[in-house]
Amino acid sequence: MAVVETDPSANAGMEDGVRRRDFINIAAVSFAGVGVVAVALPLVNQMNPSADVLALASIEVDLSAIQPGQAIKTSWRKQPIFIRNLTPAEIEDAKKVDVGGLRDPESLEARTKPGKENWLITLGVCTHLGCVPLGAAAGELRGDFGGYFCPCHGSHYDTAARIRKGPAPKNLVVPEYAFTSDTVVQIG
Amino acid sequence: MSFPWAKHYEPTHPFMQWMDQKLPLPRLVYNAIGAGYPVPRNLNYFWNFGVLAGAALVIQIVTGIVLAMHYAANGAVAFDSVEHIMRDVNSGWFLRYAHANGATMFFIVVYLHIFRGLYFGSYKAPREMVWLLGVVIFLLMMATAFMGYVLPWGQMSFWGAQVITGFFSAIPVVGEPIRQWLLGGFAPDNAALNRFFSLHYLLPFVIAAVIILHIWALHIPGSSNPTGVEVKDEQDTVPFHPYYTAKDGFGLAIFLIVFAVLLFFAPNMLAEPVNYVPANPLSTPAHIVPEWYFWPFYAILRAFTVDFLWVPAKLWGVIAMFSSILLLFILPWLDNSPVRSTTYRPLYKWFFWLLMFDIVILGICGMKPAAEPWVRMGQIASAYYFAHFLIILPIVSRIERPLPLPNSITEAVLAKHKAA
Repeated sequence: MAVVETDPSANAGMEDGVRRRDFINIAAVSFAGVGVVAVALPLVNQMNPSADVLALASIEVDLSAIQPGQAIKTSWRKQPIFIRNLTPAEIEDAKKVDVGGLRDPESLEARTKPGKENWLITLGVCTHLGCVPLGAAAGELRGDFGGYFCPCHGSHYDTAARIRKGPAPKNLVVPEYAFTSDTVVQIG
Repeated sequence: MSFPWAKHYEPTHPFMQWMDQKLPLPRLVYNAIGAGYPVPRNLNYFWNFGVLAGAALVIQIVTGIVLAMHYAANGAVAFDSVEHIMRDVNSGWFLRYAHANGATMFFIVVYLHIFRGLYFGSYKAPREMVWLLGVVIFLLMMATAFMGYVLPWGQMSFWGAQVITGFFSAIPVVGEPIRQWLLGGFAPDNAALNRFFSLHYLLPFVIAAVIILHIWALHIPGSSNPTGVEVKDEQDTVPFHPYYTAKDGFGLAIFLIVFAVLLFFAPNMLAEPVNYVPANPLSTPAHIVPEWYFWPFYAILRAFTVDFLWVPAKLWGVIAMFSSILLLFILPWLDNSPVRSTTYRPLYKWFFWLLMFDIVILGICGMKPAAEPWVRMGQIASAYYFAHFLIILPIVSRIERPLPLPNSITEAVLAKHKAA
């Protein structure tokens, strides 16, 4: 190599310290870099949820058997879903709260469908670190605010499943859903 | 590099001479852990734990490879395949208990190894790189141990995976997509279990590679020693072989006895009974608790319960937990005292033991449920942990007047000998 560098013909095209060989170096390295990125994309993308996982994205649930005060737990995208039929007292409790003072300010109306505000449908996934809160099944602890209670790190949710106390940053997530009839709801 | 008085490798047998010309592997071994590597003469038993950690890694790799021959990484059968190993596979119970308790032994010796580094100031110049690589190994170990714990697909496996990957959802905006990317789904499932198995198999070999760098970096300045005084001449050292091969061999025997007692008499002492219940995505165990070696970090994670400076409590917890380990990367520059060994640091010694006590308190808080008084204690202990490294350590190393150091390792050894 040293011999090549000192050969005057190698510097024939040199202008302002730029050699023709520099172009070859930059072009070769850039081309290889583009190749590396092109190969890295599928290697990274394969980690994302696959088509069969995404295909489970929507379910239908019949609500007719759920009495006021009762809740059921079902599964959507491999995650638990809580469907609760709120009692009038619970609705009143949720409405009494000063929304502005909440950690994640949202009214009960915003978290339910118009005219169906007794149906509270949320993910059963604590927004702290993803545990399933207690309170959906009969006899479980419902926390200081009468909604749900996550035993992992002590997050308390109120009757509208809004975070009131503990480390969770957000209210329990309300998934996208629609009533397809009076008693059937489609989630997802 | 080695000291000028190191013995030279001079093979006498014609085959070894031939070998030395073609592939000087025996020369490498001779100069790394043989008679050609002079080591301070005063190393105490705390210097055994590096070798023991290496032995623990070998045990984990060997038992892990054979377990992988019987395990199936599929959500439908993973739990049953572990039971199959326990009940049907010949000696399967032994291999699985050895692997599960081997992880505990690995962390015990690594924590003692880190303790040695902290007490005797092994992280200080010229050994900063040895320390930094050690922290990298520690992080890799934690990732490997976590993913290994998910594989049996019991309740604690599943919910541990849910909680740990939940850390990433604390990151603003991109957190949730990152979590789904890591899991390959919306919750831990087959995709997550499979990739964790793949990575759990890979990472120990990455650890082995970083260990080679760790030892390489160590062999440039050579080992530190309990006085913290550098080697001055030949009197201060003995050849690694036979002196420390023998001492490490003795330590290894003690290690194996302790391991055998744990393995044969109390294999489930540190296991969570609820992990013998198959994973159920619809029901969280009443009390999620990580393996014992993560307790102090878990306590720091849970220490934040209120939002603070517009940053949610959850994100603070995750930042604090990662920082508690990442802090170790800057430790060599936080401690400015030129004296390495805590033995000669009368003021720092108090704070050192206070930190050890603090870490034990954190461990207890991490083990307990998230209720008072453990939350408040965890908060105080977490605050102290950070205060130790970021406030106390830099100040103490500036104002402290250390005790007089011995002039040489030999002088220290002979003085001790005379006193006895």
